[in-house]
Amino acid sequence: MTIAHDDVRVDERSTSVSTMSMAAALNLALADAIEADSEVVVFGEDVGALGGVFRITDALAARFGEDRCFDTPLAESGIVGMAVGMAMNGMRPVVELQFDAFALPAFEQIVSHVAKLGNRTRGGVRMPMVIRIPFGGGIGGVEHHCDSSEAYYAHTPGLTVVSPSTPQDAYSLLRAAIASPDPVIFLEPKKLYWTKGEVDTTVSARIGAARIVRDGTDVTLLAYGASVPLALEAAEVAASEGRSVQVVDIRSLSPFDDATVTAAVRSTGRAVVIAEAPGYASVASEIQARVFERCFEYLEAPVRRVTGFDIPYAPPKLEHWHLPDVDRVLDAIDSLHWEDSDREEGAS
Amino acid sequence: MDDERFRSPEDRLLPRREPVQLIDASGVGTTDEQFPRPDAETLLTAYRGLVEGRRINDQASALVRQGRLAVYPSSHGQEACQVGAALALAEGDWLFPTYRDSVAVIARGVPAAEALVLLKGDWHSGYDVRAHHVAPQATPLATQLLHAVGFAYAAKRRGEDTVVLALCGDGATSEGDFHEALNFAAVFHVPVVFFVQNNGFAISVPLSRQTAAPSLAHKAIGYGMPGQRVDGNDVAAVLAVLGEAVERARSGGGPSLVEAHTYRMQAHTNADDDTRYRERAEVQSWIERDPLTRLRAHLRDTGALTPELEEEYAAAAEETATAMREALNEDADIDPEDLFRFVTETRSPQLEEQWQLLRREIEHTADATAGGAR
Repeated sequence: MTIAHDDVRVDERSTSVSTMSMAAALNLALADAIEADSEVVVFGEDVGALGGVFRITDALAARFGEDRCFDTPLAESGIVGMAVGMAMNGMRPVVELQFDAFALPAFEQIVSHVAKLGNRTRGGVRMPMVIRIPFGGGIGGVEHHCDSSEAYYAHTPGLTVVSPSTPQDAYSLLRAAIASPDPVIFLEPKKLYWTKGEVDTTVSARIGAARIVRDGTDVTLLAYGASVPLALEAAEVAASEGRSVQVVDIRSLSPFDDATVTAAVRSTGRAVVIAEAPGYASVASEIQARVFERCFEYLEAPVRRVTGFDIPYAPPKLEHWHLPDVDRVLDAIDSLHWEDSDREEGAS
Repeated sequence: MDDERFRSPEDRLLPRREPVQLIDASGVGTTDEQFPRPDAETLLTAYRGLVEGRRINDQASALVRQGRLAVYPSSHGQEACQVGAALALAEGDWLFPTYRDSVAVIARGVPAAEALVLLKGDWHSGYDVRAHHVAPQATPLATQLLHAVGFAYAAKRRGEDTVVLALCGDGATSEGDFHEALNFAAVFHVPVVFFVQNNGFAISVPLSRQTAAPSLAHKAIGYGMPGQRVDGNDVAAVLAVLGEAVERARSGGGPSLVEAHTYRMQAHTNADDDTRYRERAEVQSWIERDPLTRLRAHLRDTGALTPELEEEYAAAAEETATAMREALNEDADIDPEDLFRFVTETRSPQLEEQWQLLRREIEHTADATAGGAR
């Protein structure tokens, strides 16, 4: 795995590298943050004794006590609204909202207060809090368990929105989110919870930075969350067909890393944006628009999007038709006005 | 229900059948075993606050007519609740007000000109939250009640004896956040007093459309906290009942709910037309229960309020009103870069780019204007 210059290894002496799942990396980040700062508390539904429905808070309550990790009544607006008051009064709450669709009762608190209080008070009251939301599909979940709600949050000024695609980023970005003076919506791709990778706890990440995760010269794939491994897989297949594919992990949906993305697309002249969410008025549309605006003179072809359809999230037995897959990404790549017309015809 | 056989320990959480009243509408004091009437000195302080509060309400409404304030949700008629809320708190306590609570915010020590910045339109909130221990006035209903709970949770966690007083109106009790806030407060046993000013209307909708409960204070028992009803136009009763609730919270007794029965004497705001939904006779009937006149009558009768003091209080209120007028007639120095300055702690490259766009626009307009003048 390449580590971009933004990701700084803090402690050179450290040997704290181990292989773990993304879920374990998130758990470790929470534990380390709790240990590092007495004002960090973790709460939400089922995060105590159970350790969260995805076990991200596993054993935190037992290890650090009820004061640091606790269950709340089952009410998401209450969870986020209480976190607002705690953040006003010197704490750093890290809350878990169980599934994307179950975050919606908290939407007013998030949009009207979490995002705006700092601005409302001219910086007098900042909201250092993290709202963790397991997001996206591909896990065979039933209705309300697989949504991609990132556009709502990315559209809201004042919110930072990030999503990791590796265990390393899960650890480093969550630590950075908890340390941030601004509120962060932390979107955890459910599908990747159990994928494993190396985690070096001394590596810190900068919020607002995308990362080039695969070098290539012909076309740039722009993806975040669970779409990143898909992009890498598609790149591998395309490589076997002779295309050199660059992959950028967006990581920070807001603020957006225009500099890295623009430079990447200008270097290849072609781009495809990949995201699970319905494409209409989506983060993928925003990325596509920004790339057009900044790279128009460098483009050999229109920027394409591969997204979910504009439908309510599909039932488990139908979701494979809805979700972007390797073939759809390869088709999009093939449609990018290549000079070798054979391929273009072959792709139709 | 007077039969002991039908009583349960939880009955102590229920409010009284009639709101607590310590001074009746004509100014005559009554005796209450549970809630002693505050002493004359406290009542004089409260009266001074009522006079000032009424003057602030009238002045702000006038400033709306003059176009200096965009809008003003008046608490005319609710001054006993406003002043009572501010006086019930100790210096280190916190107030979480709504948009109709400007008088309470000012009574808590926020300069009137700063309290009215939201309504003047210079910014969304104009006072130093931490200096005055007053949260920004909340516009979305009941949302601030949850903030009060979290704030109190943090204070309790640090072992402080801070009490948080959270204000809302009768309409807000229908919101989900009201329910969640009271439930969280009770479950986490935090030092919050929820003070509902039931003024009869949520813009145009009467209380009967908000609830079928015997009273709003009855809702408290559903959360396992005490509820009490108070005559919201009797500042003595408001101070006594809120005082008890605040002390309970401070001494570790947990949250409680107080419902004040009062009346919104004016329309929702200047933009509202209340003749469409209520009778004049009803409004008239509440003039007889005015919080100011009854306390004045009481304090005159008891000899505590001398003509000299009345003059002094009126002069002080006039001074506040003059300061308000002067401050609001002054156009604030508005910096357009503020639009981008506070969104996040660190300005994103995108916001910097957008600020530069606006800056160039402003400079261009200024250049064009200068050119045109030549």
